Amino acid sequence: MRKIIRRIKWLEKARLGAFVKILENRMAILGIIILLAFAFSAVFADFISPYDPLHIDLEKMLEKPSTKHILGTDELGRDILSRIIYGTRISLMIGVISVIIGLLFGVPLGAVAGYCGGKIDNIFMGITDVLLSFPSLLLAIAIVAVLGTSLVNAMIAIGISQIPVFARLVRGSVLSLKGREFVEAAKGVGATNFRIIFSHILPNCLAPIIVQSTLLIASGIIAGAGLGFLGLGAQPPTPEWGAMLSRGRIYIRVAPHICFFPGLTIMLAVLGFNLLGDVLRDVLDPRLRMLKARI
Amino acid sequence: MTEPLLSIRNLKVHFYTYAGIVKALDGVDLDVYREETSGLVGETGCGKSVTSLSILRLVPNPGKIVEGKILFQGENLLEKSEEEMREIRGRKIAMIFQDPMTYLNPVLTIGDQVAEAITLHQDLSEEVIRMRIDELQKKHEQIYSSPNAEKIRAKIEKLYLTKKASPKLSWWDVKKASMKRALQVLNLVRMPYPERILNLYPHELSGGMRQRALIAMSISCNPSLLIADEATTFLDVTIQAQILHLLNELRQETKTSMLIVTHDLGIVAEMCDRVLTMYAGVIIECAKTRSLFKNPAHPYTRGLLGAIPKLHQKVEKLEMIPGTVPDLIHPPAGCKFHPRCLLAKDICKVERPGMIEVESNHFVACHLYGA
Repeated sequence: MRKIIRRIKWLEKARLGAFVKILENRMAILGIIILLAFAFSAVFADFISPYDPLHIDLEKMLEKPSTKHILGTDELGRDILSRIIYGTRISLMIGVISVIIGLLFGVPLGAVAGYCGGKIDNIFMGITDVLLSFPSLLLAIAIVAVLGTSLVNAMIAIGISQIPVFARLVRGSVLSLKGREFVEAAKGVGATNFRIIFSHILPNCLAPIIVQSTLLIASGIIAGAGLGFLGLGAQPPTPEWGAMLSRGRIYIRVAPHICFFPGLTIMLAVLGFNLLGDVLRDVLDPRLRMLKARI
Repeated sequence: MTEPLLSIRNLKVHFYTYAGIVKALDGVDLDVYREETSGLVGETGCGKSVTSLSILRLVPNPGKIVEGKILFQGENLLEKSEEEMREIRGRKIAMIFQDPMTYLNPVLTIGDQVAEAITLHQDLSEEVIRMRIDELQKKHEQIYSSPNAEKIRAKIEKLYLTKKASPKLSWWDVKKASMKRALQVLNLVRMPYPERILNLYPHELSGGMRQRALIAMSISCNPSLLIADEATTFLDVTIQAQILHLLNELRQETKTSMLIVTHDLGIVAEMCDRVLTMYAGVIIECAKTRSLFKNPAHPYTRGLLGAIPKLHQKVEKLEMIPGTVPDLIHPPAGCKFHPRCLLAKDICKVERPGMIEVESNHFVACHLYGA
């Protein structure tokens, strides 16, 4: 306990006050622990997983959780715990990479639209509106239908469905920051429009972007699991939580553990990211105002 | 008279609003001479800030420069492309803005912001090479006798040669070089502990230090013309005195021409060589400071000077100019001041007065003086 307090004091000294705020919130600590556990299992899957996730053992089909197989086996005798651990890699990848795609394309789109206004704004926002008018899962399904079913295509599809969210968000922030005096001062020094947008205005919009990214990773994981459930994401035998849910549906009366554990994991992962996102939202937004008003 | 550095002729700026066309500037004629400080005085709303913004062509959106010429070093700024204007802003003409809190980006360090002007306008290759040579020389001193010393000596020689050609600069090198220059500029504005300030954010500085940082941003590239737009309005009096003192020292050291836009006649008296009074979008008087304060010719200027509380005289009430600033959507015909002028004649309501020379180098736009 004392160690934690000493660490907090060091962080404050190092002017990382935001981290202090995060650590002071118990929900945040729970979220961070969950996420660290998932990150750990994703990185060290080879070491901590008790069995090979792809190893089929037809003698041990549909076994209930026991000391040998802690979470039981599935319909082909594969250890469920191992499959969940390896599935962490896939689901985290889907979540993170889809958000990266959304950021890479959505942020510049929104920033340019907000800053330039006029026709460019109308065109970009029209495209965004079209993308937003579809329910995101449907959009992802449509894109996977075009590109073909694979893990990579699933990530691209979910990423595309997240682009308009970031674009709208950034456009709003840029619109409100466009008229601020420091933009005028930057113009007065001779900065190009590109430099003003990306070096001056965007750093001021980071707070909502960070919060939204965390929350969208969570929804990306759910979308990935959804696509996997429909058989449109990672193809068998790759252990993906949604695909495991889908396969386990048939046996739910006989061996409910096949559905239950992957579902529980999905829930925990999403919970972790949501908790972190909530706390980030509390920390980043009012804090910025407080920091500015200190003097 | 030597040719002026900046010469504005018949500048008209209109703001197109839903309520009507606001004629913010209605034919402004202004000269700023080299190595001289000119002051632009007037009430709030007379168009002083619009004038300074239009010199840099930064007039905000519903406003447009409708007519006129702005000659800077012989070239008309209103005919330049946006690219060319960007080269001029910060490099040849720089502006010191009003409110140091809002005109600094809250999420960038002071060092980054001061270095921005430097990175945009200055060629830092020499600085970078000098830095690299310094580093290598330091290494050389440490391992003087070892065989590697030969290699390092060879590298230094090579760098001296590359000074002539312009080398490829990495982003990191440019950053370090611009930080060094930024440090020099911060020293120039007498900022305390400049090395620490480079890494601080604007909200961690006091008002006077922020204004110094803004001034540092403006002078970092040695502009020929410095426009101070109400630079001390938001500061308290003691800090104001320090900043004015700093500006005085700077103009003596760097011989920059300055245009000080303010509503405070005290600042004008202290800093400026010549003064222009502005009212409702036109220049109404232009003189050397001494002449203006000794013999204010225009009734408005007389009113402004009369309204200043005087410490050496006992006065019951401050003199007031009756009326308010005119509506610029429907400005008064003829002389813009005539509705408030106690000495208005019939001709003032009809014809706009041109500039008449009252004394040597003292011009007034008023029908009271004239043939």
